Amino acid sequence: MDIFLQQIINGLTLGSIYALVALGYTMVYGILGLINFAHGEVVMIGALSSLTVIRLLADSGLPGPVVVLIGLLAAALVCMALGFTIERVAYRPLRNAPRLAPLITAIGVSIVLQQLAMLTWGRSYHSVPALLPAATHEVLGATFTEVQVIIVAVAALTMAGLMLLVNRTRLGRAMRATAENPAIAGLMGVDANRIISLTFVIGSALAALAGVLVAANYGIAHYHMGFILGLKAFTAAVLGGIGNLAGAVVGGVLLGVIEALGAGYIGDLTGGVLGSHYQDVFAFFVLIVVLIFRPSGLMGEKVSERA
Amino acid sequence: MAVLLDVLNLEVRYGGIAAVKGISFAVEEGEMVCLIGANGAGKTTTLKALARMLPSAGELRYRNERLDRMASHALISRGLALVPEGRGVFARLTVAENLAMGAYHRNDGGVVADLERVHELLPRLRERRNQLAGTLSGGEQQMLAIGRALMGRPQLLLLDEPSMGLAPLMVQKVFEVIRAVAAQGVTILLVEQNARLALEVCSRGYVMESGCITLADSAAVLTADPRVRAAYLGE
Repeated sequence: MDIFLQQIINGLTLGSIYALVALGYTMVYGILGLINFAHGEVVMIGALSSLTVIRLLADSGLPGPVVVLIGLLAAALVCMALGFTIERVAYRPLRNAPRLAPLITAIGVSIVLQQLAMLTWGRSYHSVPALLPAATHEVLGATFTEVQVIIVAVAALTMAGLMLLVNRTRLGRAMRATAENPAIAGLMGVDANRIISLTFVIGSALAALAGVLVAANYGIAHYHMGFILGLKAFTAAVLGGIGNLAGAVVGGVLLGVIEALGAGYIGDLTGGVLGSHYQDVFAFFVLIVVLIFRPSGLMGEKVSERA
Repeated sequence: MAVLLDVLNLEVRYGGIAAVKGISFAVEEGEMVCLIGANGAGKTTTLKALARMLPSAGELRYRNERLDRMASHALISRGLALVPEGRGVFARLTVAENLAMGAYHRNDGGVVADLERVHELLPRLRERRNQLAGTLSGGEQQMLAIGRALMGRPQLLLLDEPSMGLAPLMVQKVFEVIRAVAAQGVTILLVEQNARLALEVCSRGYVMESGCITLADSAAVLTADPRVRAAYLGE
């Protein structure tokens, strides 16, 4: 029982980070039909640039959470500029190209960003100073840290804010209309290019937040951390139904929990042959199962369009 | 009457094929004009070029501006709206959200009053305002597409095949609405395959055939023309 609860708590923490990243994938897919494989690298750049700022301010005497907040804001600005630039430079010229062209470009952008990060921050693993309250608490035999509470709370609030933006505001309405039919939305006065840029900027801000949170959770950051995280978030988006915002949230949290439970029990189930380092296998096992049995994802239902 | 829309030598090509071959026509303020012709004559292509959804050659003058140098999203704030072929409602948005999209570019205080007017003209939209547009019937979607265009307060309304795929009774209703809109002073350019209906409601018409305008006259003269009667009125 205590392992179960413990892994649920760990899974929720991890899952809320996946969900934040998955939202970036699903928003871009919803509006452009493009899997932006460079999105994971944006998360990585967010983590590392926040780390740079946090280190600069570590001895400034400011309280830890304030330093982290400044680091987050800096990372968000860097990532928003990055997301905007990636769309302008790499994807916009290919807007009307065959679908494979932007997909391969996305992989190219991903490699370029990884190499740039390696040149900027080096190959080593960076430890993240523990500036957030790290006290642990216990419930029913399971422990959780205050960092974990902060991660889940911040992710939940951010996602609720995004849902409000998309479902309740004039801008969100224009985003949904553009996702459905950019030419018709144009007739209503919506500049599709502006909406697409904005989608990348918002998705990248979420990525920056995810980067800061994942660095705080594990206490380390490095130049290739974005790759596997990006793939898992993509899996979460597919699991929830790519293009569907609520699906990305559900898929992210579910994937985090599946992974944590899998890692917690695999040792017992296989008599100790396979250990918790097989954790990553579960995400991709889930991806394969979803693609076979429910390729449209858990919440990816299409509204029937009558003639 | 002042000329609102002046088209000079409009040419549209799909790859190497010219779909519209240098046509010229004009629409005056307050007029209701139709563009009739068979399938593939270039009517829809002409409207799409006017709405800047397709690149074209030739001059498109609207008031004192050149439409051919504008982007599609710049048109509605100048009073030009298109109700596209196949309605083009946002299926995953509610009826109310679709109507709100029609007023996207506006920040004047008249939107609420205009919504009331649209609801009065099209009461069905009020009943269904919280329903997803994709769940409406074809006729209701056509009403929604017209209502959405009206929310933009257009001065020139381009209508592309509003009768397409609708039951006869629904066609009558749609055309009653179009008449009511025209009566409010909106200039209308109507593209229709149903020539009889189009010539009934419009004062003037142009006949298009394989990318060219072959006849241009008042609706009464066109209706009496033996060529029109033979080709488009089924006599």
